[in-house]
Amino acid sequence: MAGTAVRGRLTWQDVTVVAVTDETASVRTIELEVPDWAGHQAGQHLDVRLTAEDGYVAERSYSIASAPGEPVAITVERLDDGEVSPYLTEELRPGDEIEIRGPIGGYFVWPWHEDDSPLLLLAGGSGVVPFRSMLRHRARIGSSTPAKLLLSARSLPDVIYRSELDALRDGVEVIYTLTRQQPPGWSGHSGRVTNALLREVAWPISQHPIAYVCGPTAFVESVAAGLVDLSYPADRIKTERYGGVGGP
Amino acid sequence: MDTLDGNAIGGLLQEIFGTEMTDAIGTCGTCGATGPVAETVVYLHAPGTVMRCRICTAVLMVVVQRDQVNCVDLLGLATLQTS
Repeated sequence: MAGTAVRGRLTWQDVTVVAVTDETASVRTIELEVPDWAGHQAGQHLDVRLTAEDGYVAERSYSIASAPGEPVAITVERLDDGEVSPYLTEELRPGDEIEIRGPIGGYFVWPWHEDDSPLLLLAGGSGVVPFRSMLRHRARIGSSTPAKLLLSARSLPDVIYRSELDALRDGVEVIYTLTRQQPPGWSGHSGRVTNALLREVAWPISQHPIAYVCGPTAFVESVAAGLVDLSYPADRIKTERYGGVGGP
Repeated sequence: MDTLDGNAIGGLLQEIFGTEMTDAIGTCGTCGATGPVAETVVYLHAPGTVMRCRICTAVLMVVVQRDQVNCVDLLGLATLQTS
């Protein structure tokens, strides 16, 4: 990772919103035109900084939703008591400018060029965002790395990127579990991710899989502990905790 | 308040250290546990940014911004090494 880590100073830059897309009732994808972008790896973040008229500054970190080589995009979930997300999801329009810096992070990234182990992607709610970047990148580079995505969401309409995920083929399997509300005739999983569900979904250890867990803190703690119970080595479990939401 | 992890302060750490730090390996000065910065427990408004050991909860790092200067306290870390 050393070669990709050192990229000079991280500086704030003004960027322009190119498009906004509603993913669910409370989640929006924001595509940005970033003239001076060093290029990112799947799984990295960027920081957003908003400055109020009185000089008050708020910064937040968001996972990059697009694959390396695609226009930079973030997907933001509105938190009702949030300082930044209500503005990003409700006020921001194409043509507006915001301040960002990035790309950031070298831990929660998919090192596809040096590791073709099976991918186990475990997402709680908006924790799916970095996995869209990874799965799009996987498709763009023509990787045959087998991948499974287990996504826990409150209900089917709360599934972010659902049509895109449903269309995934070629070695990618997407499994949903719906925690609060299931549509009539739902044949998928219901309830939170249990150790039994993990055991059913997870690649056997003999295949030397690498697991990425992303979501609210409680989700990540519980799922990572479940993977340890399945004898996944600690260094094959990468975690990223989102704050703010009550859980999927 | 929900706690985050070291991934959330990747930007701040890169600003301070001048390089990617979420993948760096730290050693807790209290219990000796080692692991990536990304796996530490992080509080963003403690006040200041506070990083704690996930094993023993000891404070590893405190960053306070004052007049656009980052004041960084690393006394809780025995080692911190980039890969």
